[in-house]
Amino acid sequence: CKKDLVLKPTNDLTSEVVYANLSGYKQVLAKAYASFATTGPKGSGDSDLGGIDAGTSDFLRLYWNAQELTSDEGICVWNDPGVYDLNYQTYTSDNILLRGLYTRSLYQITIVNEFLRESTPEKLAARNITGADAAEITRYRSEVRFLRAYQYWVLMDLFGNPPFITEANEIGVIAPKQIKRADLFKYVESELLAIEPELQASNEYGRVTKGADQLLLSRLYLNASVYTGTAKNTEAVTYANKVIGGSYSLNSAYKNLFLSDNDTNNPEVILSINYDGNFTQNFGGTTFLTNASINGDMKPADFGIPGGGWGGIRTRSTLPAIFGISGAFTSNPDSRAMFYGTKSANDDVAVFTDGLRAVKFRNVDRANVPAPSNNGTFCSIDFPLFRLPEAYLNYAEAVLRGGGGGSLNQAIDYVNKLRRRAYGNDSGNVSSLNLDDVLAERAKEFFWEGYRRTDLIRYSKFTEGSYLWPFKGGVKAGRGVESFRSIFPLPSADVIANSNLIQNPGY
Amino acid sequence: QTGSITGKIIDETGLGLPGASVLVKGLGRSASTDVNGNFKLTGVTNGPVTLTASYIGYSSVDLNVTVKGNTTANFSLKPDAQNLNEVVVIGYGTSQKKDLTGSITTVSSKNFQGGNITSPEQLIAGKVAGVSIVSNGGAPGAGSTIRVRGGASLSASNDPLIVVDGVPFGSNKLPGAISSNAISGVSNPLSLINPNDIETFTVLKDANATAIYGSRASNGVILITTKKGKSGEPSIDFSTVNSYATIARKVKVLTGDQIRAFVNANGNDAQKALLGTANTDWQDVIFNNAFSTDNNLSISGKFKNVPYRVSGGYLDQRGLLLTDRMKRASGGITLNPTFFDNHLKVDLNLKGTISESNFANQDAVFQAVQFDPTQQVYANNQYGGYFEWIGTSGQLNPNAPRNPLGLIEQKSDVGKADRSFGNLKLDYSFHFLPELHANANVGYDVSKGYGTTFIPAYAAQKFTVSGVATQYEQVQHNKVAEFYLNYIKDLKGINSNINATAGYGYYDNATTVYNFTDYNALGGVQKLPVFPFDKQQNRLLSYYGRLVYTLADKYILSGTMRADGSSKFSESGRWGYFPSAAFTWRAIDESFLKDSKVFSDLKLRLSYGVTGQQDGLPNYSYLPNYSNSTNESQYQIGGQFYHLYSPIAYDKNLKWETSTTYNAGLDYGLFNGRVYGSVDVYYKKTKDLLSLVPIAVGTNFSNQLITNVGNMENKGIEASINVSLIKSADVNWDMGFNVTYNKNKVTNLSLNPDPDFKVGTTGIDGATGTTIQWNSVNYNPNSFLVYKQVYDAKGAPVEGVYADLNNDGKVNEQDRYFYKSPAPKYIMGFTSSFSYKKWTLSTVLRANLGNYIYDNISSNLAVSRNILSPSGLLNNATTTIFDSNFSNNQFLSDYYIHNASFLKMDNAGLAYNFGRLSPNSKTTLRITANVQNVFVISDYKGLDPEISTGIDYKLYPRPRTYSLGLNVGF
Repeated sequence: CKKDLVLKPTNDLTSEVVYANLSGYKQVLAKAYASFATTGPKGSGDSDLGGIDAGTSDFLRLYWNAQELTSDEGICVWNDPGVYDLNYQTYTSDNILLRGLYTRSLYQITIVNEFLRESTPEKLAARNITGADAAEITRYRSEVRFLRAYQYWVLMDLFGNPPFITEANEIGVIAPKQIKRADLFKYVESELLAIEPELQASNEYGRVTKGADQLLLSRLYLNASVYTGTAKNTEAVTYANKVIGGSYSLNSAYKNLFLSDNDTNNPEVILSINYDGNFTQNFGGTTFLTNASINGDMKPADFGIPGGGWGGIRTRSTLPAIFGISGAFTSNPDSRAMFYGTKSANDDVAVFTDGLRAVKFRNVDRANVPAPSNNGTFCSIDFPLFRLPEAYLNYAEAVLRGGGGGSLNQAIDYVNKLRRRAYGNDSGNVSSLNLDDVLAERAKEFFWEGYRRTDLIRYSKFTEGSYLWPFKGGVKAGRGVESFRSIFPLPSADVIANSNLIQNPGY
Repeated sequence: QTGSITGKIIDETGLGLPGASVLVKGLGRSASTDVNGNFKLTGVTNGPVTLTASYIGYSSVDLNVTVKGNTTANFSLKPDAQNLNEVVVIGYGTSQKKDLTGSITTVSSKNFQGGNITSPEQLIAGKVAGVSIVSNGGAPGAGSTIRVRGGASLSASNDPLIVVDGVPFGSNKLPGAISSNAISGVSNPLSLINPNDIETFTVLKDANATAIYGSRASNGVILITTKKGKSGEPSIDFSTVNSYATIARKVKVLTGDQIRAFVNANGNDAQKALLGTANTDWQDVIFNNAFSTDNNLSISGKFKNVPYRVSGGYLDQRGLLLTDRMKRASGGITLNPTFFDNHLKVDLNLKGTISESNFANQDAVFQAVQFDPTQQVYANNQYGGYFEWIGTSGQLNPNAPRNPLGLIEQKSDVGKADRSFGNLKLDYSFHFLPELHANANVGYDVSKGYGTTFIPAYAAQKFTVSGVATQYEQVQHNKVAEFYLNYIKDLKGINSNINATAGYGYYDNATTVYNFTDYNALGGVQKLPVFPFDKQQNRLLSYYGRLVYTLADKYILSGTMRADGSSKFSESGRWGYFPSAAFTWRAIDESFLKDSKVFSDLKLRLSYGVTGQQDGLPNYSYLPNYSNSTNESQYQIGGQFYHLYSPIAYDKNLKWETSTTYNAGLDYGLFNGRVYGSVDVYYKKTKDLLSLVPIAVGTNFSNQLITNVGNMENKGIEASINVSLIKSADVNWDMGFNVTYNKNKVTNLSLNPDPDFKVGTTGIDGATGTTIQWNSVNYNPNSFLVYKQVYDAKGAPVEGVYADLNNDGKVNEQDRYFYKSPAPKYIMGFTSSFSYKKWTLSTVLRANLGNYIYDNISSNLAVSRNILSPSGLLNNATTTIFDSNFSNNQFLSDYYIHNASFLKMDNAGLAYNFGRLSPNSKTTLRITANVQNVFVISDYKGLDPEISTGIDYKLYPRPRTYSLGLNVGF
């Protein structure tokens, strides 16, 4: 009788089945990676997270919104919840996009923790997994620890003092403790250093390598004074050098970095988030970046998305201005200036054509053949999360900020490497370099790739009144905002659900 | 020496009453009347006996006769509106109305709503205090949202348990499904029961009545009994209802001329160039008047010793929306033989239905409101000849609405559903101990829903994916086995009666959903399933008991107990215990009232009980499991795509929701039952509410989890009064009125109690990710969370300006406030039936007070940004744009929350009963004419003020229906 009440699902699997062999572990590893590429396991309408629209709950889309809409680069037309508060830097602890991002980062961390719990030497031995298989799974462990460190870096950079959970926290209802930003810095650093020797120099496409670890360390150290009050520019140079000394090289054409076949013949990208219009469908990611950047009048079919063109995000006039562009976009000697439109001024936030469109991401390959797309909207472009030029520019900036172990001449040389590719010749080369030049170069090289907020904070230009952009602070001419806004609020939903959390100052 | 008794039972009009029964008191002998009202009892011992004649809806009459040879006894029965002796089904047994200890309301077929009714629950809309039945729209076979005393759950289901002839309709919430007892291929599973087969609805409301259903009873229980066989000559009934549905009201939108004026005044040159020259009323284009026919034939009688009823029905209903159609054929057999001198009673019920529906594309309902009225319906293009918005680059505008007529005519969506349910019930009273009954009930409910969808590749609605060709199939198997013993004993020595019941039940619900490859219209694979099927199953094991102790026929103590074990919970939380107790005082039987000229009934009921709730929960959510991802959610590593194994969020400590209900009720009858009714006051407290709430992020594999947090309370008063205003040979006028006041309030919602804690429940159409309805402590579930609109001196809303409610100098999300909810404060129903000789005029009115609606149509469309779309097209708006003059959407303004209190006349009917066509003819004839949805009075300016979700968006208009019906009996 009692047995009658024990029923098992038909298709879902118990952990014994999942972790029976190497291929099961690899499918959980795939989940750990896919947590920043998909919104949920059941297609584009599904989400691992609750309380937020599935299509909006994507990591890259949310991260992009947090990093770009709050900056001098991007501004969004849509009246969707939370968007205008990012446009205007007036976000509150109820902002749904920030809540989504925070939750998404912690979700990926939770998945990683589960993998780590299930892949200990004891568990492997108990499951009779030995030899090469066990060694391979142990390598997975280092990779997922990198993913966790990356997400903690995101949380530290954006939210400062998030909850902290590791594989030691079992699944249940005991609320995690909060960690201070400076302590989290130490944790991320120690994790990245610990796994550096374990990670492989090269790996299957899409998987973490030593290079990714070193580049994140370089980024971490470059921003160290923001996170801890103590600069670590020498370390930033050291780890930039390690990346540069690795096996990466620039892609011959800048535009190829953002096309659907960027997963092939691409020596520049160190770690990517992989999307596919058929097999990794998602309304965020590069699907969002491609569709939201164009509208129906821009011939979506030319962008490989005949069913798309959402007309949402475009540049603030400050971004094309860095390229020396105002008014209509025609052409520019710098091939990185990939814009579209006749008006760069942002007179009306709600008018998509008020502002040049950034058209970097296109769902076509190098031969201009559209990539497969299940509905004429989903894109197959992989997103470059880490790529070599960041090491060049981190090096240059760290040297200019007084980091040891490098030289200004080498820094100028690295910058010119990027400019030479952009201009196609030496006409754009520079012979001198200061910190503002590096910031401008970062804008040109990385716009629309989610770097901007972090960069502006490091340069004390994010909240300050000394540097303005259209609608900064919600007024057309721009104005400074409260300094506490360089750290986002913890979501009120979690502050209420988790009594260990203390809200960030100012909110 | 024995003799016989013959006689006739006539009704108030002097006609014989067929099917009435005559009982010889104390002997257990009984007989039923034939079609002419005649009966005969043979083999009665000579001497004085007491005969009781009874008939449903009539007062029983006792007659003392002395049997001597062939004796005659004639009865004349008078209708008794209050029916105190009527036998009412309760959970696992029956009771006489006067002895009921719980809050129970029965509506029988003669009081059902008339006209074109295709889903059974509509038969009793407005008839029962405390019960709200709101149809989900005007589509053929559309279901209803049924709420008994307002519902007691947040994330679990709020639907009452429905039990048909002792078979509880199983529920099995499928992942992603909205309803927990859906059958694919039909819009509403209840519509697979032919309303013509139904004899009574019994609604169990308080915990004393429901607690015997234990874990499924928190939202009330509705018992449906179907018509049974009668003894006597076969009688044949044929009925036909033919109806004509018309559109009662349309959404008020701008005309083509108004749009032209608006665009010419406000648009830019590019927008003006988009204007067409037509004046198309798109709602007229997609809606048409619709004809339906519903025909039923039944034969009942007695074959040898076996009373039977065989019925068949055929319904063909068309909807207002073009191509919408449901065809349903149903059949039923009931056999009610008795054996061994009535010691064994057998009830066999079998029902079967096959239906075929053509589901019109309901996307058109909204698009017809939004689509530019200056455009012609048709155009010369590659999309099948319907006008579509085509961008400057010559391709379909991806952000444009699609042609409403194209949406309908270019989509074929045909669903079929076959359902059969039935049961075999054996009731045996032991030969050696007739007070003891053993009752066994074995039942099943099997259904299969399947269908196909096709959209051609050239259709604009699916042009980017080259059309759609999909199929679906779902099979449901629900099984029931129950056994109980019932013991009734008069203890004359202590003037008491004991009625005890104890039983066991086994319930198994399984649903298998088959997965198919989705193709586009050209045969290309669009979506490949990972698994061929998924079976979702749950089981319930139960033990239950009831003890009723009656002292001196006046004081009744009753207690019930149920223990339920559910497969949905882990071993530690698997069993729930649900007790109830009640005390009833039949004051009318006290000596000081017995001879009252005023009171004919007075009864006080007090009850307490605990019920549970688990319906609507996923089946396996306590288990730590992994899901495999679908083919669209893989991840590329190296050159290969991997399916993802995702750990599923779970709560291993899930347990039952439990509601504790207190109820005090008074049943009264005055002036010989000319006035009667009841008043009930209730208080229901639900704890361990299964609620989807945010949890501390990082503690589980999601940030939200269905878990047992939260408390809610419902309190209310419900009252009914029925008046027999005129009662005479030729003229009768009966009126009934019921009113319910109900207040639901969430009293806790989080693990860490916090007044600011809130959980979003419902989003807004047109504003991705915007949540307008929230649950929060101290508010009704699904209350609106909005900004307070600021108005100018003339009373016009100032666009984008809201009150700074927390006075912090900024207006931001933290200034949103809770303002109203969709739940009505008062629900009222009024029925009237006036008859003059053979004419009967009847009506049903319903009213809700204090229910609020969010006008999502206007908030989305009635802004100039929508008409002058930035996406390179023009749209239509509702006429409320002239009131607000908003240019941008202000989705969260309380400006769009409206009081939607209403008074509706649901039904007006006129019937002429010819009765027997001639004194010697068996043929009877009745003709009826009905209008449904006669009028609506409301301040709400939208399409219809009655929307159970409280969000007015794409409501399928409820038609105004005119019907003509004919009943013929042979």
